[in-house]
Amino acid sequence: MPIPPAPADLEGRLDAILADHADLEGPLLPILHAVQAEWGYVPPEALPIIAKGLNISRAEVHGVVSFYHDFREAPAGRHMLKICRAEACQARGGQGIEAAAKARLGVDWHGTSKDGGVTLEPVYCLGLCATGPAMMLDGRVVARVDKTRLDALLAEVEA
Amino acid sequence: MSLKIYVPRDAAALAADAEKVAEAVLAEAKIRDVEVELIRNGSRGMLWLEPLVEIERDGIRHAFGPVAPGDVRALFDADWGDHALALGPTEEIAWFKRQTRLTFARVGVIDPLSLDAYEAHGGLKGLRRALGMTGAAMIDEMKESGLRGRGGAGFPTGIKWDTVRLAEASQKYIVANADEGDSGTFADRMLMEGDPFSLIEGMAIAGICVGATRGYIYLRSEYPEAIHVMNEAIRIARARGLLGPSVLGSDFAYDMEVRVGAGAYVCGEETSLLNSLEGKRGVVRAKPPLPAIEGFLGKPTVVNNIISLGTVPVIFERGAAHYRDFGLGRSRGTIPIQIAGNVKFGGLFETAFGTSLGALVDEIGGGTFSGRPVKAVQVGGPLGAYFPRSKFDTPFGYEEFDGEGGLIGHAGVVVFDDTADMLGMARFAMEFCAVESCGKCTPCRIGAVRGVETVDRIARGEVEAIPLLTDLCDTMTDGSLCALGGFTPYPVMSALRHFPDDFHANAKEAAE
Ligand SMILES: Cc1cc2nc3c(=O)[nH]c(=O)nc-3n(C[C@H](O)[C@H](O)[C@H](O)COP(=O)(O)O)c2cc1C
Ligand code: SF4
Ligand code: FES
Repeated sequence: MPIPPAPADLEGRLDAILADHADLEGPLLPILHAVQAEWGYVPPEALPIIAKGLNISRAEVHGVVSFYHDFREAPAGRHMLKICRAEACQARGGQGIEAAAKARLGVDWHGTSKDGGVTLEPVYCLGLCATGPAMMLDGRVVARVDKTRLDALLAEVEA
Repeated sequence: MSLKIYVPRDAAALAADAEKVAEAVLAEAKIRDVEVELIRNGSRGMLWLEPLVEIERDGIRHAFGPVAPGDVRALFDADWGDHALALGPTEEIAWFKRQTRLTFARVGVIDPLSLDAYEAHGGLKGLRRALGMTGAAMIDEMKESGLRGRGGAGFPTGIKWDTVRLAEASQKYIVANADEGDSGTFADRMLMEGDPFSLIEGMAIAGICVGATRGYIYLRSEYPEAIHVMNEAIRIARARGLLGPSVLGSDFAYDMEVRVGAGAYVCGEETSLLNSLEGKRGVVRAKPPLPAIEGFLGKPTVVNNIISLGTVPVIFERGAAHYRDFGLGRSRGTIPIQIAGNVKFGGLFETAFGTSLGALVDEIGGGTFSGRPVKAVQVGGPLGAYFPRSKFDTPFGYEEFDGEGGLIGHAGVVVFDDTADMLGMARFAMEFCAVESCGKCTPCRIGAVRGVETVDRIARGEVEAIPLLTDLCDTMTDGSLCALGGFTPYPVMSALRHFPDDFHANAKEAAE
């Protein structure tokens, strides 16, 4: 599991991130993406600092973080598995892959396997709809997923 | 003599191990001491054949596919000639040959990050022509082309641009909508990954026409490869003077950047998108004011789909009439149809409007991948209707689909075989709406949750809940601010109307 950042590190890095985005129009989403790239989630301690930097309220920042599926308010597992649930993948047997992943990891959607290894998230279309079922493992897209492929890829990251 | 080999970098190819194929090609060439020029192109769109590797001989490209990394050695052994994976000259493959490629003319053909290749294939001609025209003349060209928005609503692009052009403001914006959340669609992704300069050129033409000096591409986070290619292309365009204070040496300034979305389907709706771009929650805004009058940061803004903007260069290059002369009725030009789901030959098929749904599914798509009979086809994404076989003669066009109680949306066609449970699909449509609702209107936010519960009751055999579902759909249609809540009844009601047996399955058993 990622360790929550120490307060001093957090402030230092956040100041740098805020400075990097200072001249953007509408900087909040790029800032939140940068924060999440740094720590794997948006640490609650970061909200007041971002709010102050952008001269908006903490509630406003929290409202934005909670609106978008991508932003996590707590750390995820070491690996992130996103499986497409959308129609075109369902038409190609995607539900079988969903069930197999849930069973193997022992979790439901949004859950993290017991050893903290893999977090399972649904995704609604990866633009690979002619070669589904599709998924994304740690940012890498995989198409034509079957149970063998799923098992092999999970075995790779669990090793 | 060096061997020219093309291995696509399109996400659909990468997801099928194209990176390892490219590595194997280089490794094998080294072992054999063969000089290879490896080009990473976009995809030709025949996605069932990805990774589709091409070799160029005497100026003709020959295709092989689908190539696995382990096939590469044997392909070298066969001198890239007679081999089980050989498909012949790429452009002679019937599926490809049958298309009319205007928007996608360069996709899969060139290295997407070579501006020289782009120019050698007709790129920048449109922009150069536009630079010599007045804004009003450019609007006339757009109107004459008949181009309508490819994001779903089908609004005439020229009219939208003119509103922004005529608005008085210190700053105007061009926003390209690359949120492409519809299941069954990937045309925006393929264009950005395969020919990013066409989008940059189209946005620059739009900017010059309406007097906007800044642009944004709102690109969904689910498309990492497209984000990478677009960012690179913008960097190159800036370095080469296509973007910046003086576009191609002219008096016009135009620059742009990519903004990454954060996994919200509703942010494809243009006003929600603008809120998101401003760093707010992606809540839908009431219209008026139109984004064309008060858009990004309250300034006049053109919001267009990637395919709309990516089609602008070819309209200016070849002239509006050339484009307009393709098509059917009020649907002019070509449409990149995405054939997906349980289909044998899936991919991107660009053709003039007017092809029938049945031809797309049976002839071009080759029927189902599973080999079972086709049961239903969902056209236009998660807010589109399910079509049964009896409606397969519907020609692909905005008004034609509307007339059949459906919509073409972003032109995704998703095929289902006879194992599909249409009650399950209706439930999924409601669930998706509940998950993705922006929360502003009660009929959408609460109605979708009730919809899931109602479908579950029907699944348990309570057929008396069917009228309830119909009423709920009416409420959502009438009381929703945007098409997420307003059109979710399309898939739900079409499933119920055309596949009633799936809604009565348990009731019948109970009666027996
Ligand atoms: C829920 C919802 C999602 C939408 N998603 C997209 C999208 O992903 N891409 C897109 O171009 N348009 C999308 N639209 C349509 C946009 O609101 C808008 O009409 C379009 O971007 C305008 O561009 P066009 O005229 O070039 O089509 C969506 C609309 C709704 C209601
Ligand atoms: S219909 Fe749904 S998504 Fe659209 S504005 Fe209303 S609540 Fe938001
Ligand atoms: S529906 Fe799964 S990738 Fe598009």
